[in-house]
Amino acid sequence: MIKTSLDIASIRKDFPVLNRKVNGKPLVYLDNAATSQTPQQVIDVIVEYYHRYNANIHRGVHTLSQEATDAYEAARGKIQKHFNIAKPYEVILTSGTTHSINLVANGFSSFIKEGDEILVSAMEHHSNIVPWQMLCERTGGILKVIPMNQNGELIMEEYHKLLSEKTKLVFCNHVSNALGTINPIEEIIDAAHNVGAAVLIDGAQAAAHIKPDLQALDVDFYTVSAHKMCGPTGVGILYGKEELLKKLPPYQGGGEMIAEVTFEKTTYADLPHKFEAGTPNICGGIAFGAALDYMNSLGFENIAEYEDELMSYATRQLLTVEGLKIYGTAKNKTSVISFNIEGTHPYDIGSILDKLGIAVRTGHHCAQPIMDFYQIPGTVRASFSFYNTKKEVDVLVEGVKRARNMLL
Amino acid sequence: MIIAEIQEEIVDEFSMFDDWMQRYEYMIELGKSLPLIDEPYKTEDNIIKGCQSKVWVHAELDNDKLVFTADSDAIITKGIIAILIRAFSNQKPQDIIDANTDFIDEIGLKEHLSPTRANGLVSMIKQLKLYAVAYQTQLN
Repeated sequence: MIKTSLDIASIRKDFPVLNRKVNGKPLVYLDNAATSQTPQQVIDVIVEYYHRYNANIHRGVHTLSQEATDAYEAARGKIQKHFNIAKPYEVILTSGTTHSINLVANGFSSFIKEGDEILVSAMEHHSNIVPWQMLCERTGGILKVIPMNQNGELIMEEYHKLLSEKTKLVFCNHVSNALGTINPIEEIIDAAHNVGAAVLIDGAQAAAHIKPDLQALDVDFYTVSAHKMCGPTGVGILYGKEELLKKLPPYQGGGEMIAEVTFEKTTYADLPHKFEAGTPNICGGIAFGAALDYMNSLGFENIAEYEDELMSYATRQLLTVEGLKIYGTAKNKTSVISFNIEGTHPYDIGSILDKLGIAVRTGHHCAQPIMDFYQIPGTVRASFSFYNTKKEVDVLVEGVKRARNMLL
Repeated sequence: MIIAEIQEEIVDEFSMFDDWMQRYEYMIELGKSLPLIDEPYKTEDNIIKGCQSKVWVHAELDNDKLVFTADSDAIITKGIIAILIRAFSNQKPQDIIDANTDFIDEIGLKEHLSPTRANGLVSMIKQLKLYAVAYQTQLN
């Protein structure tokens, strides 16, 4: 048993899906880095929304619309408080991290000139690479890569060398989805600011494990997806500093984002509505607020402490499997173990684990450059949440051993 | 044997297995034992890129029949390829075009053909049929 102030057995009862059987075996869900499961408390909020006050927000005078608007804005307030954001309108509700990053990349098209440099880390998700490549194609900007070492840690000396007056933007994930590395974002942000560059930190993988204080970090943009932290899919945030969000042009045109429209000219609404065209994912936004309540009721320090213990245990146990190699051995990492077994393909291991009821991700994890770096086709990735147990780790390890015996 | 008969034979073989373990072990055996493709044909041109595992396919005409060779970097995928090759190789292009692939469901390997697995198998079947169409045109 792991010493923890969390009552894991009781927490597991909050998640109905964990009772499921898959292929006749109890589900062992270890794909939390892709999507976390949803507790009953959040499901109840979703059901209540459709039972009681489903209505469009910000425009109706009727009671339901008012209630929906209040609940949606209350959720924005919870998000603001959770991430310690100065003003509620610096929280732009989006469909998730990918949407958030595209919004910023599109907005910066107007400011990037030919020869300007944009830095991205070598361990980005495709969603934090492709939008910047597209931006560079449009503007003549140059994309440069902050390299990493064999442990999956950014080489910070190289980062400092890459920074110059030409650097306009720096993009990096807080935690790597493929390797679990926690990047030194404080240093990245400070150094970028010293040369006058803006910084976007992709927090998709971090936010379920770390509660970042965005004002203390002084970060310019930070993105989060609700579905990786006990919330529903299709909703997330873009945090941006007020002065930057004011400078960026709107991303999509439509209802909600306007102040006045004539056929000659449209003036845009104030923040955050300028970036929230159309009817948003109202229920999703409200449920995101409920997910934050749920996670805060457990406490992020407790969550981190338990998950770290669980990951150390899993790392030790997995390394007892012959021929198993872990990719991503940074000193500072969280909740993700990416591995391969010598002489086997990750797809084969994943297919057999699925038959045993164990859900892992296999493949390149939308981070092909990392796989190219290690010269592998992909990895098997087990990613943990606070509701996983040592017993489940044991089932995984047994499953991996069994797969190895079958394949070799 | 015609394609439908071979498929029936494969379904019969698989019906002897009691559980998924035996089915997978059999496929792994098939994957390991088959020399599938000549190295010179393992080129970028012949690769069908799936999200998870690579699949190479090569086709050539032998009189009026189409002969396939293929390979994959994943062993279970390779096993399934071996089954597909057994069903479709050394057949007339028109018969390959007309053949259906329902037997994959019947032998309990449906999940490997789901697009979410994105392992190149769906593309592989499409590719076998495309080769057949191309060679059929040539024969006409």
